Amino acid sequence: MQDFRYLEDVATLVLDEQKCIGCGLCTEVCPHAVFEMQENNARIVDFNACMECGACVSNCPADAISVSPGVG
Amino acid sequence: MKILPMAIRSDNSTQNPFQKKGPGLSTNNVQLMPSMNMPGLTCATEETRPMAAYDRPGYELCRYVAHFMETDAGPVPVIRPDLDKKDRLSTIAVRCGIRRDKYLVSPGLYGIGSPDPDSDVLVTANYKLTFDHLRSALEGISAWILVLDTRGVNVWCAAGKKIFSTQELVNRIQAVSLEKVVAHKRVIVPQLGATGVSARQVKVQSGFRVVYGPVRAWDIPAFLTKGKKADKSMRQVTFTLFERFVLTPVELHGALKISGIAALVLFVLSGIGPGIFSFHGAWERGLVSLSALVIGLISGAVLTPVLLPFIPSKKFAFKGILMGSVCVLLLLPVIWDRIGSMAGAAALIIFTVMVSSHLAMNFTGATPFTSPSGVEKEMKQYIPVQVTGILVSAGLWIYSAF
Repeated sequence: MQDFRYLEDVATLVLDEQKCIGCGLCTEVCPHAVFEMQENNARIVDFNACMECGACVSNCPADAISVSPGVG
Repeated sequence: MKILPMAIRSDNSTQNPFQKKGPGLSTNNVQLMPSMNMPGLTCATEETRPMAAYDRPGYELCRYVAHFMETDAGPVPVIRPDLDKKDRLSTIAVRCGIRRDKYLVSPGLYGIGSPDPDSDVLVTANYKLTFDHLRSALEGISAWILVLDTRGVNVWCAAGKKIFSTQELVNRIQAVSLEKVVAHKRVIVPQLGATGVSARQVKVQSGFRVVYGPVRAWDIPAFLTKGKKADKSMRQVTFTLFERFVLTPVELHGALKISGIAALVLFVLSGIGPGIFSFHGAWERGLVSLSALVIGLISGAVLTPVLLPFIPSKKFAFKGILMGSVCVLLLLPVIWDRIGSMAGAAALIIFTVMVSSHLAMNFTGATPFTSPSGVEKEMKQYIPVQVTGILVSAGLWIYSAF
């Protein structure tokens, strides 16, 4: 999907690294490999690939992730 | 080879007691008249309807059901993995936008292959296209299929609208008494369903653990054999040339109604001229402007989606402008003699480009990588441009008639 990049610096994705418990579920559900596990914690490694689908948000057990797009 | 109903019953009688409940009035093997054995007899005897044992007044058996199997939670339809001609024709129709919003299967529990209490449970949506896609990927696999009620919408879109949801999954697990059918406590949810599902909440509310499967149904066999682990490629969406191409008929279908209205407006505008209104002008110039509309449609709804990664710019609206410009420059020489003036040519160029830009922007809704925030930004920027462009081109087109 590296051929398909949309507008940069517009996504509303926020990861609170303090809250992350390192379960890795966000790396499983994200369809664009935005997250990666580093030192037992999730890190955003490809912010601009985020399409704000919210899969990570609804599955994060620690409520450490948020996205807040205005319209659908 | 025709399968006799008696043969089915005797073959499956041990594992499939539900079938024994079928009507016991079979005329099979009962010879009332010698003529019943005559070859070439075209009467609709039970022999030509092997599924007659499942007849119920007021119900019609779905073609994808092979037979029923008895479970502790009641009879469960076992479906075929192969698609027949009618499935394929329906797929083409739905891909063209025909009856797309009424293409669904009944929610509930199905089986495929020869599932047993240890078999995996695959969760899916009740869009028939999704259902067909899943079952055709499961050739040779035995599993349970739990179809959620997503009102005939595919998994990802339904998850985005929260109708493929935690609540629907939990309710459906309870409605089909899944705990009586399987001996384990896990369900495999397609990864793209994660947008609408909270694995933790499903576990809390139903006791079933959610395992996220691959994005694409055809990766399921590999996913199952690799110990239910999806590798990185199974986890990421793609948007290949073919995947983009199959979306274009629906894009065109969606633009059909507004295009019809636009065409009427074009013919009316084209009739305005020195003699206030001329039907001759409306027809002659209307056809010319119609060609610009059609080229804009093809550029924005077909060519831009198909050639998406090869057109410069990240903004879809701008991709549409570029593609529209190329297309209108190819169109101009063909209709040049009928335009008559520079103002007319300018009007058609601007119109085609703006139609293409708008439809290209509309395609953001069909891609698997555009963020709503990005689309919002693009729309705020380009809708004013498109509206202004269309109005200016309409003014120029009227002006060019004088």
